[in-house]
Amino acid sequence: MGVTSVLEAFAAEVGGHQGGAVVAVGGRTRFDVGGALEGTPREVHAPAGIVEHEPAEMTVRVRAGTTVAELDDALARHGQCVALPDRDGSTVGGVLAVGHSGVRRLGWGPVRDAVLEVRYVADDGALVKGGGPTVKNVSGYDMPRLFVGSLGTLGVLAEVVLRTRPVPACTQWFAGETEPFRLLRELYRPAALCWDGTTTWALLDGHPADVDAQARRAGLQATDAAPTADALPHRWSLRPSTLAALPGDGNGPFLAQVGVGVVHRAVPPPARPVDAAVRTLHDRLKQAFDPTNRFAPGRRVLP
Amino acid sequence: MRTVQGLLDDLRGALTADRVRAEPLELSLYGHDASIVDGGRAAVVCFPTSTAEVQACVRIARAHGRPFTARGAGTGLAGGAVPLDDPVVVVTTKMNRILSIDVDERVAWVEPGVVNLDLSRALAAHGLHFAPDPSSQQACSIGGNVANNSGGPHCLAYGVTSAHVLAIEVVLPDGDVTVLGGLDPEPDGYDLRGAFVGSEGTLGIATRIAVRLTPNPPAVRTLLVDFLAMEDAAACVSAIIAAGLVPAALEMVAGEMIGAIEAFVHAGYPTDAAAVLLVEVDGLPRFVDDAATRVRDIALAHHAREVRVAADEDERQLLWKGRKSAFGAVARIAPDYYLHDTVVPRTRLVEVLRKVDDIASSRGLRVLNVFHAGDGNLHPLLSFDARQPGVVEQVHEAGREIVLASLAAGGVLSGEHGIGIEKRDLMPQLFTAEDLDAQARLRDAFDPDGLANPGKVLPAGSRCGELPRIPEGLWV
Repeated sequence: MGVTSVLEAFAAEVGGHQGGAVVAVGGRTRFDVGGALEGTPREVHAPAGIVEHEPAEMTVRVRAGTTVAELDDALARHGQCVALPDRDGSTVGGVLAVGHSGVRRLGWGPVRDAVLEVRYVADDGALVKGGGPTVKNVSGYDMPRLFVGSLGTLGVLAEVVLRTRPVPACTQWFAGETEPFRLLRELYRPAALCWDGTTTWALLDGHPADVDAQARRAGLQATDAAPTADALPHRWSLRPSTLAALPGDGNGPFLAQVGVGVVHRAVPPPARPVDAAVRTLHDRLKQAFDPTNRFAPGRRVLP
Repeated sequence: MRTVQGLLDDLRGALTADRVRAEPLELSLYGHDASIVDGGRAAVVCFPTSTAEVQACVRIARAHGRPFTARGAGTGLAGGAVPLDDPVVVVTTKMNRILSIDVDERVAWVEPGVVNLDLSRALAAHGLHFAPDPSSQQACSIGGNVANNSGGPHCLAYGVTSAHVLAIEVVLPDGDVTVLGGLDPEPDGYDLRGAFVGSEGTLGIATRIAVRLTPNPPAVRTLLVDFLAMEDAAACVSAIIAAGLVPAALEMVAGEMIGAIEAFVHAGYPTDAAAVLLVEVDGLPRFVDDAATRVRDIALAHHAREVRVAADEDERQLLWKGRKSAFGAVARIAPDYYLHDTVVPRTRLVEVLRKVDDIASSRGLRVLNVFHAGDGNLHPLLSFDARQPGVVEQVHEAGREIVLASLAAGGVLSGEHGIGIEKRDLMPQLFTAEDLDAQARLRDAFDPDGLANPGKVLPAGSRCGELPRIPEGLWV
């Protein structure tokens, strides 16, 4: 099948309103974000495959069901990568629907900034495009950003265009007991800074000589052991300036992304209040994009 | 014409009389922005100084059944701030305070009327800056940057405005005040902040903006590379991108524009060159050394005549002054110009630039090119003398052809100026009816009554069942 007909076939599979409730399934690596589904919506899997990668353009058109690992492998052959985090089996569509950025967010920016164009199946079964394929574009509303983090509740992602990045010449984790907030001031654009209250980890990338010089100046030792949040399944989102108060806040162990504010913990974050006007906007958007509540019914994007 | 006296009385009661203007001169001035879009008309022009006053303007407009149009410094080039349907124009220039700068968190809260360059000047002592740097940065406001998702030369490496806005306090079209986004990395819910940035005043009015601050790079190198063939310069751009260098900025000045700039600012641009590239690499010192060397090698391999490296900060500033003064320089060539803005894939720069030349010359127009080559963002500038009969029509036709040629090459309608009125009716060239309907759903979710800056971005009839409406006396 041709490029378009693959998407059209997927749109037909998702169907229109008569198609009933559906939920897009990627690699199920973060399927519980947003809570349990209501009923048993029909599961749909977006098509997979890299449609177009023009290395000199630093963009890639990829179907939403492609695994991040497959995409990374294909891009790596051209010395490129994308700022999408990978877990075993994560798909591009799944990562974007959840919207969680990876550990390199401090240096590489959030996932939402990597998306240039989205094509999704709308409530009535139509294929809809938002954004555009070029690295710069202000033609119309920023539909790609609306879809990143929308948990599949507004439409089903079918294909996207992503901005690629050059793979850095050198990437190295370092560890030490240096105060992380001092490192944040002193290091120039580290890819990541993590802290568990005792140990500070820094991920530095770039020219090997610069990486060495920055690490030496900061008194950091190279390590092969990247920090892990495996025992800390919950994700908190905090203002970066509040992280210094994490030790002894009574919520147990943590691994914090310093300068970013994502904190991995063993306990779930407290629900945050939602402004009434913001809730109204969410309700109206959901009503406008999915009036029959057929996309991921029950999944909550707001507490 | 609807009566305005009651509207004026209510607005003067909420603000002060001197900040609610309806004299013919003001209504005429605020009927335009920096675009060539004509035919706008304001009912009244307000100059609020606080969120509460903006809220009052919106509520009073609603109560009188009037739309409202937000306006920053009026530097927009697509007519986004041109008032349609006799709206209340809400000018944010008196809301120009930098409210807070948090150096450790690298966040500043600013009011929408803060001038882009003033913010970076205020941050200089802290070794920080606000990355978006549109050519109008000495005049344009950060509120306007948010409305248009503005770019600038250094957005190649650092990203456009949306990547630098964390949270926005807005007055929504129903008069409620709320904050979209947040200072934490993953605010709950849909990315309403992301949807608001670039929405050209159609989703509400920003009253406070939290911007991300970028550390100044420890090392910078700026190179001026000149070519005897524009094709070589364009191929060099593609090769630099393909090499994965991601310069901080990669600008091209081509043809007659080089001489115009040189005569204006004496930056040392070689006037006999066919094209000049201004390449800036920044970051840590070894990367910068290495990248500058590689840029030089790539340029020489693409038949560059000379690669000049700015010896010091003064020379660097001079080279940039040339680039940033381009539009002032054009005024010396012809009394009028029309500046376009499209984006094409970076690998297709050569063919599109040729096509633009053909389009202009077939209509007897002069085209000057100075643009963000690194991200494929073209700015063909048609210079003309509007006093010549028929020339304005030729300019509009040529503009339309340039846009269509960019789309045919796989490009988009606008890279940084926005859609506004200028390109509103070209939206169906890029988007299907279903695509436009989805965008209209987004707009309507924020503004069910269609009062926020009506007539912009989406053509009439974008929403199924919507009645077409062409504002009276509009001329684009």
